[in-house]
Amino acid sequence: MTATPPPPMSLLAELTHRCPLQCPYCANPVELETRARELDIATWIRVFEEAAAMGVLQVHFSGGEPMAFQGLPELVQAASRLGLYTNLITSGVLLTAETLKPLYDAGLDHVQLSFQDADPNEAERIGGMAGAQAKKLEAARLVTEAGLPLTLNFVIHRQNISNVPAMLNMAEQLKARRVEIAHTQYYGWGLKNRDALLPSRAQLEETEEAVAQARLRFGSRITVDFVTPDYYADQPKPCMGGWGQKFINISPAGAVLPCHAAESIPGLTFPSVKDSSLEEIWYRSPLFTLYRGTDWMPAPCRSCSQKEIDWGGCRCQALALTGNAGNTDPVCKQAPGHSAIQQAIADRPETPPPLIYRRYGNIKTTG
Amino acid sequence: MTQADGTFSASTVLRFARGTRLQFDRVRERWFIQAPERVFLVDNIAAEILQLADGERSLGDISTILHEKFTAPYDVILADVLRMTRDLAEKQVLQTV
Ligand code: SF4
Ligand code: SF4
Repeated sequence: MTATPPPPMSLLAELTHRCPLQCPYCANPVELETRARELDIATWIRVFEEAAAMGVLQVHFSGGEPMAFQGLPELVQAASRLGLYTNLITSGVLLTAETLKPLYDAGLDHVQLSFQDADPNEAERIGGMAGAQAKKLEAARLVTEAGLPLTLNFVIHRQNISNVPAMLNMAEQLKARRVEIAHTQYYGWGLKNRDALLPSRAQLEETEEAVAQARLRFGSRITVDFVTPDYYADQPKPCMGGWGQKFINISPAGAVLPCHAAESIPGLTFPSVKDSSLEEIWYRSPLFTLYRGTDWMPAPCRSCSQKEIDWGGCRCQALALTGNAGNTDPVCKQAPGHSAIQQAIADRPETPPPLIYRRYGNIKTTG
Repeated sequence: MTQADGTFSASTVLRFARGTRLQFDRVRERWFIQAPERVFLVDNIAAEILQLADGERSLGDISTILHEKFTAPYDVILADVLRMTRDLAEKQVLQTV
């Protein structure tokens, strides 16, 4: 496509990869950044100024655990002052009355709080942190008590899927305004743990039923966002709304990425906020133009009516399962690589293998 | 005041819920509502109404101001205001004071 790309809508600021939890499906790359490489406050503020000037509307503070980053209130305040909508994506284990207040005062707009399960023992086993559930429940209470809108996020897999109805009830009890029932995405840590996480089709159908019922019951009081698992779909998701179409993701060390997993693609140069402006990177860097639009597409996407709807799916999934990020996402029924998905479903063991937890150094080298 | 059946009247006073707000996007040159994890586009008429929803003016007050500004019949404006604000309250963007 030769037309000028649209300005970005959202910026995902991954402030740090540090996190007290160790979820085996974490969206962070398997090679985690250390604290020493994290950007400083002044650089982040400069990035938000550039983002606001370009047309970014919302900033999502994420990680790792963004509350582990010293100076988060200053960043929220700077972003708010620029008119950016500020969203905190947190595990909640560091959220107390003392840590919430400066964020509230800085103008925080919304909190998205993750839970690993509705059952406390299971939640703490999956997250790998004892005592986490009580902290999260208290965090939810503090957020709604302060009058901030709350979203609960649950990542779903075969080991917690039977509790989806309980999770939906939890959203109601905790006075959440939104709840995300999001099936695990299988790249990075999720792919390493795929056999331990991938549900069966029958399990998936049960969650669809539970979500449909909750939507009826909640009406407009609570929004239920349901993210289906790619593996049982016919068509891939438009990853991040299309490569370089809506989202800018910035890693803790300052790499500017079209999606949080893009650094897994070999042979690419990842531009940094330390060297160039966001505008330069978004509109002109080889990374952002590489898979933007439809020119790069192979058959069958090239002649498909869906090409500007799903944008050929996820580049990182294509890479992880077919060895080439420039292939059609194998989730697509028409993709030459689709057998990899069918094989993964067929090979799914009866009993889930042990979880590989997200820890620094838990995976030495990745393929 | 909200009526028993949840509909609004000329005396209803509304404000934006925390975590939602009206904003003008200077880059795209249009109005929109910021809300948790989403953005709603807003047309210019709705933006006129929403700029006046400050948690103090009633929907009747807002309709009077717009009636004077645009010289359109008050009743027609009020009907529009009631319909649009009801819709946004359902989306949890506006709440009664
Ligand atoms: S998914 Fe789990 S381990 Fe990863 S950042 Fe979130 S809470 Fe931490
Ligand atoms: S062929 Fe490509 S564009 Fe068409 S549905 Fe499959 S992935 Fe999407």
